[in-house]
Amino acid sequence: MTPEEQKAFEDRIYAYVGVKVCERTAAKDAVNPAMIRHWAEAMGDTNPAYTDETWAANSRRGKTIAPPAMMYAWNQEGFTVTRGRASDPQTDMVELFNEYGFTGVLGTNVTQEYFKEVSPGDTLYLEMEIDSISERKATARGIGYFFETLATFSDQNGEKVGTQRFRVLKFIPQEQPTAATGDDKLEVPTRIPSPRGHDNGWWWQAVDEGKLLIQRCKRCQVLRHPPRPMCGECQSLEWDSIESGMEGEVISYTCLRHPAIPGYPKDPVCAVIKLAEGTNLVANIVGCDYDDVFIGMKLKGRIEQVDEKTTLPQFYPA
Amino acid sequence: MVANIRDKAAIVGVANTAFSKDSGVSELSLAVQAIKGACDDAGIHPREIDGFATFTLDTNDEIEVARALGCGDLTFWGRSHYGGGAATGSLHQAVMAVATGMAECVAVFRALNGRSGHRYSQGVSGELLTADAIHWGWYTPYGLLTPASWTAMITQRWMHRTGVTKEAMFEVARCTREYAVSNPNAFFHGQPLDRDTYFNARMIADPLQLFDCCQESDGGSAIIVTTPQRARDLKQPVVTVKGVAQASAQGQEQMTSFYRDEISDVSEHRIAAGDCYEMSGLRPSDIDAAVIYDAFTPNVLLQLEAWDFCKFGEAGDFVLDGNLRPDGRLPTNTHGGQLSEAYIHGVNGLVEATRLVRGQSVNQPGKQVDHALVTSGVGIPTGGAILGKLD
Repeated sequence: MTPEEQKAFEDRIYAYVGVKVCERTAAKDAVNPAMIRHWAEAMGDTNPAYTDETWAANSRRGKTIAPPAMMYAWNQEGFTVTRGRASDPQTDMVELFNEYGFTGVLGTNVTQEYFKEVSPGDTLYLEMEIDSISERKATARGIGYFFETLATFSDQNGEKVGTQRFRVLKFIPQEQPTAATGDDKLEVPTRIPSPRGHDNGWWWQAVDEGKLLIQRCKRCQVLRHPPRPMCGECQSLEWDSIESGMEGEVISYTCLRHPAIPGYPKDPVCAVIKLAEGTNLVANIVGCDYDDVFIGMKLKGRIEQVDEKTTLPQFYPA
Repeated sequence: MVANIRDKAAIVGVANTAFSKDSGVSELSLAVQAIKGACDDAGIHPREIDGFATFTLDTNDEIEVARALGCGDLTFWGRSHYGGGAATGSLHQAVMAVATGMAECVAVFRALNGRSGHRYSQGVSGELLTADAIHWGWYTPYGLLTPASWTAMITQRWMHRTGVTKEAMFEVARCTREYAVSNPNAFFHGQPLDRDTYFNARMIADPLQLFDCCQESDGGSAIIVTTPQRARDLKQPVVTVKGVAQASAQGQEQMTSFYRDEISDVSEHRIAAGDCYEMSGLRPSDIDAAVIYDAFTPNVLLQLEAWDFCKFGEAGDFVLDGNLRPDGRLPTNTHGGQLSEAYIHGVNGLVEATRLVRGQSVNQPGKQVDHALVTSGVGIPTGGAILGKLD
């Protein structure tokens, strides 16, 4: 593609940003116990809140609910889709990508947010739009563009139940080395890990095992973070560590809005946190909106797996 | 006790290449174009250069530069580390070499394809090839990946402590842009920045929006440093170095000094300021104009406090009172800064500070400029320099 051709192509593609893929449409079936049971069995999810009516009747809710992650299932087309899919702006856009050689397709991320529970008898409505299309990216799969759809789910009363963002990479497939073909699993981007060396490997290893440690000088007992080989106070090389209770307070914070980096959640909130033990730590704040974060806010942390390969300390409002 | 280099080294030649978003040439080409321009400005032949000073980040090997330029023997080369912290750091190297006689004529340069080549806004994502990898590893997994995000963390804290609002950052961006409007070599030449455009621009890392951030540019800048004796016989009014300092403060990290008792004090700039003032025998009130490192608008505000142009917490009022403007107390970043001229890692700032003292800035203030301050990056091991006329 010449720069002019690329510009012409991008003008056509970017025109799809903000376009509605479908207006608010009701699911074919109302929320019902049979489909919930099939889904829970397939997932191996034995939570009685979904399937055990007797248990649920005595619970706080008084009735069963549909698994929140099932939200997207209610509006799926089902078997009829095998006979071809009616065209809509999304299929038109995909066709345009294909025409220009971006025939490769890779679903990279799905992010769901839940606002309300639904129970048998409720009906889910779906509306969807094309939310964003990235600039041209050079990825390991080839040159391509990420597009993201935003599906919004509501119930029969029009109340918002949840949203789902689905990010897809459309790319020009490259010749893959033979070793990478066959039934190799496709790589989904994950967060950039810390390299592990002599002075920090033990700390990350502990995080993998669910613990947040703070290095301590064996001689003068002063705590230090990030870990380093020598105590700055007494120059001792001897150290051990204590486990942090993961309680802390916000010293400062920001949110990385741009550029979006593959493998990271959208708009991650990062903070310098003063731990109760006295040392500072940089980590994410999750479980609340950016606008609700403030300097001095109290936090409680947990070690959590955040993607397929990454385990990190994550902090929630205390 | 600080070293005494006062008036032992002079800046005799300065030049920038054209600045662009796609130079279409190699970084080596930009480097030698800038240095050749500085030689022409000084009225010397590249063969007279016997030393080089640049950034560890610069990709141009001194011997490649020397061969391309047609230099003769070299007796000195020195590099300064830490990104934009090396702006006056490379000047510092050159001054030490000239003052001690290690070299007689040193070219300070920085050349980068910062937009069409490696882009700094991509931060430390992607391949980590340096020994800093473990350091960055404390931040990358959380998404704290870019210079904007690291600066945002310091800025948010500083705003909380001082109560300074984005109005002050807008004034820095707007005022700097005004200077660029009348600078034909500036990217934003002829393009003023209005309030709506500034405040409606996309958020990059809270509280930094697009126009709080410098550009990514392709270009090169260079200056020639030699002895005052030699300088007298050359083409331009003599500009000497009154003071130049490098500083790294306790608890220093590269952009992420998040473990100090207070994370928003830019202590390294306070040390550099103290040393520069002591070395030069000058005070803040003696500084007539300034080139203050502006990778991000808050950089300027924190440095105004650190270099003692105002007290802590007063930088907002200082700029909102119009002090950075052409008729203000401290005309600042008169070339348009890195926000609006080009981001050449502060070496275009060395060029502009020299021009201010010569009386040759494209936006030369109406008042006499006897002394100009020029500083390096914020949040890293850094430095600054005071330039002046030869006594």
